[in-house]
Amino acid sequence: MESILCLLHTESNGALARPALEALTAAKTLAADLGDAMVDVGLIGADVQAAADVIAPCGARRFLGAAGPELGEPRYATDAAAAEALIRASGATLVVAPQTSRVARVAGGVARRLGGSADTHITGLQVEKGALKIARWYYRQRMEATLSRLKRPWILVVDSGCVKPWEGAPGKARVEPVSVELTEAARRSRFLGVQEPPADEQTIRPEAELLFVAGAGWTKKQADGHTHVPDAEKLILEFLKRTQASLGGSKSLVDISGEGQAVLHFMTHLNQIGQTGATPRHPKGLATCCHGEEPHTVGWRFVNERRAVNRDPSCGWARGKADVLYVADAFEVMEKVNALLAKQD
Amino acid sequence: MSVQYQIFVCGGIVPDPLQTLDPVTAPAGPALKNEMMLPAVLDPFAWHALFEAARLARSSPGSKIYLVSLAPKAKLQQVMMSVAQKAVFDLVVIDGPASGFTDSNAVAAALSEAIQSVPGLDMNRLLVFGGWESASRGSGTTLQAVGEILGITDQFQGVDDLRIESDGSFRILERIDGGKHQVSTCAGAPAVLGWATGNLPEPPNNPQIGMTNMRGIMPALQKARPAKLNAQDLSYTSVTLPKQQRETRVVDKLSAEEIAREIAEWIKKS
Repeated sequence: MESILCLLHTESNGALARPALEALTAAKTLAADLGDAMVDVGLIGADVQAAADVIAPCGARRFLGAAGPELGEPRYATDAAAAEALIRASGATLVVAPQTSRVARVAGGVARRLGGSADTHITGLQVEKGALKIARWYYRQRMEATLSRLKRPWILVVDSGCVKPWEGAPGKARVEPVSVELTEAARRSRFLGVQEPPADEQTIRPEAELLFVAGAGWTKKQADGHTHVPDAEKLILEFLKRTQASLGGSKSLVDISGEGQAVLHFMTHLNQIGQTGATPRHPKGLATCCHGEEPHTVGWRFVNERRAVNRDPSCGWARGKADVLYVADAFEVMEKVNALLAKQD
Repeated sequence: MSVQYQIFVCGGIVPDPLQTLDPVTAPAGPALKNEMMLPAVLDPFAWHALFEAARLARSSPGSKIYLVSLAPKAKLQQVMMSVAQKAVFDLVVIDGPASGFTDSNAVAAALSEAIQSVPGLDMNRLLVFGGWESASRGSGTTLQAVGEILGITDQFQGVDDLRIESDGSFRILERIDGGKHQVSTCAGAPAVLGWATGNLPEPPNNPQIGMTNMRGIMPALQKARPAKLNAQDLSYTSVTLPKQQRETRVVDKLSAEEIAREIAEWIKKS
């Protein structure tokens, strides 16, 4: 019989982020599908009581807490030690965790330590005849596999956006403390902080309704034989401001940034979508001045409605990659889109 | 304080991203149709890791780079023709499948065994580099397991920057959720760094470096040990291509105003 641990960590403010609540839904659904599996919740953080209280009525058998100032910091050595201690304390055979950078950093190492297995970027959990099968993508979202494993514990790291976050009224949870042995070696690395652009310059918005992708065409010579990079920046930033869209880029555009050419100053490798970039989840996506080649469009796997503006009617978007391809000059179109959006505001 | 690092860059090969991929069922499990015929490249994030290793080796004289690759050696030889011109390295080859359907734990065991077999391995100078996620399996778990086998608990994933401070410690930027970077410091080697794209452009081909490397690459390929990938734990039920094929509506007769109106309405529609 399987038993489940939902392994979560708190954020710097002690709260649980949306992916954590989604993982809780996934764990509870899995337990129900398995029939009589018990769910424990394991929490890692500086202080986990407040987070446990938020999910107190979720129906967990036990709340296990690995807490302390050093466990509030994201760091491989301490997070792996805490996860290991919680999994051992729960005796779980299945561990459901959210695909956050903090979990993703340690899942494989912890599985190795416990003699188990880990799978990440899981998009589906199914139970057939009492046996668990998972769905995940291979070759950068180009094919989907269903697989199962014999080794336990099996750490299941679930991608965000696949299930709804758990909701419920807060309560009062009794957290059983789990001690974590930290050696001096675990303190060789230290977390210094988080570096991010100022709030008004942050162009990556994972929760946005719309993904706006800018391709290298924005920086190329236009019909008049000149580049218009400052105009492109103005148009794109205005559009992002009006729509609160998340900005993505093609590899060719962000590579130009790395080569020191005059480019969109706000575009970095973090914005890159595709083979060597992100695969974000947004309901809609609009690509501009981007050819829609396969290495880029694999990053669009989880973007539902897709439209593109490109001057080339035979670009990649025309070949089944977008719902609508507008054959037009993106400078002209986006200027007019911004004007219409300004009127609507 | 300058340390002569031993930098092991773990990197497999993957089909060129422009190739069409079709899954097939082989006796050993899922595979790619005509996998041995598909043009291959070094895994993209490992590619960046190699450039970063080269930069670090230049700034820390006496450092040495080893490229550790588990791949069919005939295929790897083709890929090395271009990789060899980018940075000076010794190649360590494990002859085995480059497939994304292999188990990351089994791959990690093979990679760590290959690292441990290199004469003169010094844990105090050891840095294990690689891509944070491959373009095949994309699990991001292999390097972690390599680190665990080697006893390294200073691990960083999604690394975009590594700076060596004057006291020999590292300052590391890792990608985290929401387009941010986590800043950490580490006392020094040994450490595992799974690279994202880093900050370096692709270096130009250097035929001289290529010639130097090829002298070591051919013998390394010849003495490649076969991989023993034991993964009875894992079984695949299905591997399928996505069914969704969009019927693209190509709009080439509308004016910019009309297109803008359509887009603005589409954006506002919930």
